[in-house]
Amino acid sequence: MTEENKNLPAQPGEIESIGERHGMFGVQGSGDTSGYGGIVKPTIYPGAAQRPYGGWFDVVADGLDGLIDKVVVHRGEITFHISRENLPEAAKKLRDQPDLRFEFCSGVSGVHYPDDIGRELHAVYHLMSMTWNRRIRVEVTCPDVDPHIPSLIALYPTLDWHERETWDFFGIIFDGHPSLARIEMPDDWPGHPQRKDYPLGGIPVEYKGATIPPPDERRAYS
Amino acid sequence: MTSTNSTTGEQDLFAGTSETSQGRVFTVTGQDWDSVVDSVAEHADERIVVNMGPQHPSTHGVLRLILELEGETVTEARCGIGYLHTGIEKNMEFRSWVQGVTFCTRMDYLAPFYNEATYVLGVERLLDIEDDIPEKAQVMRVLLMELNRISSHLVAIATGGMELGALTVMTIGFRERELVVDLFELITGLRMNHAFIRPGGVAQDLPPGALDEIRDFVALMKKRLPEYADLCNANPIFRARLENVGHLDLAGCMALGMTGPVLRSTGYAWDLRKTQPYCGYEDYDFEVQTWDTSDSYGRFRIRVNEMWESLKLVEQAAARLADLEGAPVMVADKKIAWPSQLAIGSDGMGNSLDHIRHIMGESMEALIHHFKLVTEGFAVPPGQAYVPIESPRGEMGAHVVSDGGTRPFRAHFRDPSFVNLQGTSVMSEGGMVADVIVAIASIDPVMGGVDR
Repeated sequence: MTEENKNLPAQPGEIESIGERHGMFGVQGSGDTSGYGGIVKPTIYPGAAQRPYGGWFDVVADGLDGLIDKVVVHRGEITFHISRENLPEAAKKLRDQPDLRFEFCSGVSGVHYPDDIGRELHAVYHLMSMTWNRRIRVEVTCPDVDPHIPSLIALYPTLDWHERETWDFFGIIFDGHPSLARIEMPDDWPGHPQRKDYPLGGIPVEYKGATIPPPDERRAYS
Repeated sequence: MTSTNSTTGEQDLFAGTSETSQGRVFTVTGQDWDSVVDSVAEHADERIVVNMGPQHPSTHGVLRLILELEGETVTEARCGIGYLHTGIEKNMEFRSWVQGVTFCTRMDYLAPFYNEATYVLGVERLLDIEDDIPEKAQVMRVLLMELNRISSHLVAIATGGMELGALTVMTIGFRERELVVDLFELITGLRMNHAFIRPGGVAQDLPPGALDEIRDFVALMKKRLPEYADLCNANPIFRARLENVGHLDLAGCMALGMTGPVLRSTGYAWDLRKTQPYCGYEDYDFEVQTWDTSDSYGRFRIRVNEMWESLKLVEQAAARLADLEGAPVMVADKKIAWPSQLAIGSDGMGNSLDHIRHIMGESMEALIHHFKLVTEGFAVPPGQAYVPIESPRGEMGAHVVSDGGTRPFRAHFRDPSFVNLQGTSVMSEGGMVADVIVAIASIDPVMGGVDR
């Protein structure tokens, strides 16, 4: 967003709302007499950035021309949203093109957005170019019903354990990984524990007659 | 299970053999090597798989190694991890942003300040208050992180020496580490798991007399650090065990994402404190330490040299803190700064009585403010951030995601131990079985960080 139009309303497509936040005190039903229970706030993530992104961001975007779905620039960090079909080609360009040269991959981390319908599971890659001293983020999504993303192990061997971890915790299947086994949880563990629909677990604790429910069942601010 | 102890003929409940569909399985617990060697001799031409750990004194915690041997040569080495997985990342999603520090400090328990710092830097970037952090808080972060680098490297060298049988290196390493954790106790109140670096600054100001203690420590360390060089650097046994062991060149490091001393042992001076400075590291005078042998010996020398550099940084930070007496250590924004205050009373550290008098007796608004921030916490604008820092083991980063709420939506830690441990196979395959231990010690993995 440039300096002169920063106070104007956002253009269509700039704003992305994923999910809503209800109430304030985590109370459902009749327990809330404050009136705050009626509050509905949309969750708005930083929207797509418009060119020019500034500095070397444009150089990287040029190098990935045609492979990017959306670019987000937020707090000085750039995120390239790339569809899973384009991921291997984009990663190869990012690693091998001399003007990009993101030769170092910090890893992949999964994020589960249950309200982001059709793209519930996100895989977020952090790449670094030691040659140019730059960092970017590449975000790939897949739907819950078809949780497949191509493996990048052939390009970045370091992703071996990272992809296993993301499979273990989120259930994202990285196609092409030579042995996508669980890594942190036991081999026979049911479910993928860091998904939002997986309970934290825990037991109620009794202290001097009062019972405190486990953390994920406590009343909490929303 | 049938088992016999060949020396006494009595049943040994713990060490024995059993037949499985995969072949015969021996359980080794020590002092029964003769019977095991005799039994294995008749299968000497077969493939032998040795399962080492997860409980073994030289696997750095609960690491399991699965080694395939041909005689004394390792043909395949694999790691089994996950025995220390405690779901810290998942737990953080159910606590406030400030409480998250209390959880993540327990991951890499030898470098707690780095876990806190990378998470806090990510939260501060999302809050857009990176430029508002008081100078004194940044200097204290640098001071604590560099003291922590010394204590972490001391443990790496101490345990690495112990695994070679160099017990003196172990005892002097832990002797010096004790001095550092005493400093931590003085400054933060705790020897480990401090939860001291908080979003917006640090939890407390330096206590009276802390700078003198730090200066005494630096002076003492300058006398003690040469002992490590005297004991090890030219020691023929030490060199024979470490040189050319655990070799990994630059191309291997890049492909496997190795950072820290392993990467710098290839001669590549990559240190995030220099290349992508944070917490004001650009204002300090220090050198990035490298070695050019790509082996365990080089990594040992780098760790010793880095302790000297950390002493330089501690001295500079202490000098700056002397001029910052009374300066704030928490961001000025009262909607983020932790309202609760601690003070030392007759029975030790506890809630500040002045603060309690203020909120309970003087100001209703202060009480509401305290209550809201402590129970609800502050909301962080939606978005994601990744601010890696140079931990003693390499690039430590937290991928912090917020959905605009008062709790982290997701916090994922890129722990250097986790990534570097992937190098075990390439570092030890083709070598002798005794060198596996040296190679892993040169990576210096901390299983709390690997498994999180």
